[in-house]
Amino acid sequence: MAVKLSLANYRTDLHNDWCPGCGDFGILSAIQMALADLQIEPHRVAVFSGIGCSGKTPHYINTYGIHTLHGRALPYAIGAKLANPELTVLIAGGDGDGLGIGVGHFVSAGRRNVDITYVLYDNGVYGLTKGQASPTLQRGLKPKSLPKPNINDAVNPIAIAICSGYTFVARGYAYDTKHLKELIKKGIQHKGSAFIDVLQPCPTYNDIATKEWFGGEDRIDPATKKPIPRVYKMEDEGYDGEVRDPSEAAEKIQAAIMKSFEWGDRIPIGVFYRNPHIPSYEERISSRIPEYLENYPAKQVIMDANNHPTARIEDILNEFRIL
Amino acid sequence: MLTGNMSAAWGARVADVDYVAAYPITPQSEIVETLSKWTSTGELNAKFVNFESEHSMITAAGAASLTGARVFTATSSQGLFYAFEALYTVAGWRAPILLVNVARGVGMPMVLQVEHGDVLAARDSGFLQLHAETCQETLDFILIGYRLAEDRRILLPVMVNMDGFTLSFAREPVEIPDKSQVEDFLPRYSYPRPLTGDEQVAYAPTMTEGVPYTFFKYQMYAASIEAKHVFKQIVRDFSRVFGRGYDVLESFMMDDAEYAVVCSNSYSSIIRAGVKALRRRGVKVGMARLRMIRPFPREELAKALEGVEAVAVFEQNLAPGRGGALYPEIVEALYHMPEKPKAVVPFIGGLGGANIGPEEVAYMVRVCEKAVKTGIVPQHPTLLLREDDWSKLRESLKVSGLPVEKMGVVHHV
Ligand SMILES: Cc1ncc(C[n+]2csc(CCOP(=O)(O)OP(=O)(O)O)c2C)c(N)n1
Ligand code: SF4
Ligand SMILES: [Mg+2]
Repeated sequence: MAVKLSLANYRTDLHNDWCPGCGDFGILSAIQMALADLQIEPHRVAVFSGIGCSGKTPHYINTYGIHTLHGRALPYAIGAKLANPELTVLIAGGDGDGLGIGVGHFVSAGRRNVDITYVLYDNGVYGLTKGQASPTLQRGLKPKSLPKPNINDAVNPIAIAICSGYTFVARGYAYDTKHLKELIKKGIQHKGSAFIDVLQPCPTYNDIATKEWFGGEDRIDPATKKPIPRVYKMEDEGYDGEVRDPSEAAEKIQAAIMKSFEWGDRIPIGVFYRNPHIPSYEERISSRIPEYLENYPAKQVIMDANNHPTARIEDILNEFRIL
Repeated sequence: MLTGNMSAAWGARVADVDYVAAYPITPQSEIVETLSKWTSTGELNAKFVNFESEHSMITAAGAASLTGARVFTATSSQGLFYAFEALYTVAGWRAPILLVNVARGVGMPMVLQVEHGDVLAARDSGFLQLHAETCQETLDFILIGYRLAEDRRILLPVMVNMDGFTLSFAREPVEIPDKSQVEDFLPRYSYPRPLTGDEQVAYAPTMTEGVPYTFFKYQMYAASIEAKHVFKQIVRDFSRVFGRGYDVLESFMMDDAEYAVVCSNSYSSIIRAGVKALRRRGVKVGMARLRMIRPFPREELAKALEGVEAVAVFEQNLAPGRGGALYPEIVEALYHMPEKPKAVVPFIGGLGGANIGPEEVAYMVRVCEKAVKTGIVPQHPTLLLREDDWSKLRESLKVSGLPVEKMGVVHHV
């Protein structure tokens, strides 16, 4: 590559209407930094989103951007990736979008292990529609839009992702953009479905899981006089979610799920689980259609110069002929 | 003074609903937010459930209704579309729920403002449809809607349409009926053989044969046709109690009219102003506004348009390959008249909240006059855009290097 791509190559000049202080800004720049670090040319990246504040992400990234329907980013993204496996496919979606109305796709996608990277904006609320409880909000909590505390239990995005079959499962924090950037890079480099749950404060509607709360500003260490943050990096404490040999997969899965239930005083971020031994969907297709990766659907010519289909029905019918 | 959304919430409150099934979407959210607040303070004694999608919301609403609970729900646009399978399902269950649709354009491209592409797509779902012009009508149609839906001769769900933004967020004077009046008008809801555990009833059996399937489908059709007559009885009662009367359509300045504009919903207020302005200039024009869309009041419409030379049909939806969804229904209603209007001219405007004004009404009438004179009726609907909107659009087309002729059928006054 002749010219080195910088952050500016991934920015758009569209007016950004997220609220001041929104965690989405951190996620946006982490994605842009990850793409710049990996030097992936903008036209080789497609960012798909659902509907929500988070859904506006593709407007602000200078790559292909597809703002889909509420809860449906995954099938669009998977369709594009399978038609053009050379594309780097990212999904930016809300917790309501991905784990509520779209949770069926979320689970089904895990079974396929398509090489995509799903970044979940986990803010505990439906930001765009003014702060209703999202599926990740704990029972009994009452962010400011709710007239009464949340009656539903929260889902555990990390555990669902692992049990559904995602082969890279991590959690980041919107205000630790450097760490998040590294997670996104790892997710993109991982061959298979990567899921990154990002703790994303919504200063406008979620007055419980705030930046101050994650930062532990209500808990001052008497010795240092500094806050004791709730968010900590698992890798700093020796946690290792990497499956190095297929035989240790079950053990790693159990450890990761156990870890994913840690919440409250200590909230782990980092890679919970990564299993590079499960074949990606692209590999599974290649085992049936050997030329798939060289001659994938996006490359195939379907019309000749006269706009006639290049597929010949006679050839297909001949296959069924009983001799 | 209440917004349309608040009027809808009040409609549900005074109807004393038992169950509210919700899922947020703009521009409807304020309705369910308000009901959520009232159920939490006890101002409304109902169960409020926020679902994870409109599909579950409508399904739960239908099932709750079969238990004998009066059910309210609301949505818009994409939400109505996501509920589609469930709309047909609950109608087939004969669950008399009431759904307020706050009309909004349907993506793609995405838009938040009014258009009737959402509500009209549901016209064959089995829901009866009442379309409101004002905030007061929205509230009143909820009460009338429950009475109609729950009538043992009908037992079909009702959809009340209110326009997004122009009604949902606009404040108008609204009379909130008091409890005793409502009790006088709207009896307590009871479902025949409800799902309460006293008796085993199968509500949604699978039909493996066409004949019984036909029977059930025809039952729904027959009930929906009957709904027009039942509606007329109900509104007599409504006017006795509340002093406000409604027919399936409103005829405005139609007595000696030579031209008529057929329309529905909130933009009718603009059309009414346009009609008045033309009358002041001596043009004999009137307006026929459809309040009921399902069942379609074809006899009433034909009667209202008797003696009219030409009809302009104004619609806020645009079906590719077709035009306006209601135009063929209106033409069909007029087809059997002994003396039909000489021209029925289709117009489309107000898509995604675009404006029209009295000038557009005058233009529609001019096109009608010309059609009568020449005997040539435009084959395609004419798009109505206001002059300022048109010049902005023309600028944008120029900037993007697109040929302005692409919008050939656009009229600008
Ligand atoms: C089918 C459908 N129903 C409802 C909506 C309205 N809607 C838009 S965004 C949203 C929820 C967004 O919440 P989340 O996914 O958590 O995203 P956030 O705004 O928090 O980033 C809803 C319900 C819609 N767009 N489509
Ligand atoms: S509502 Fe919340 S999530 Fe949406 S932009 Fe504002 S702060 Fe961010
Ligand atoms: Mg959210």
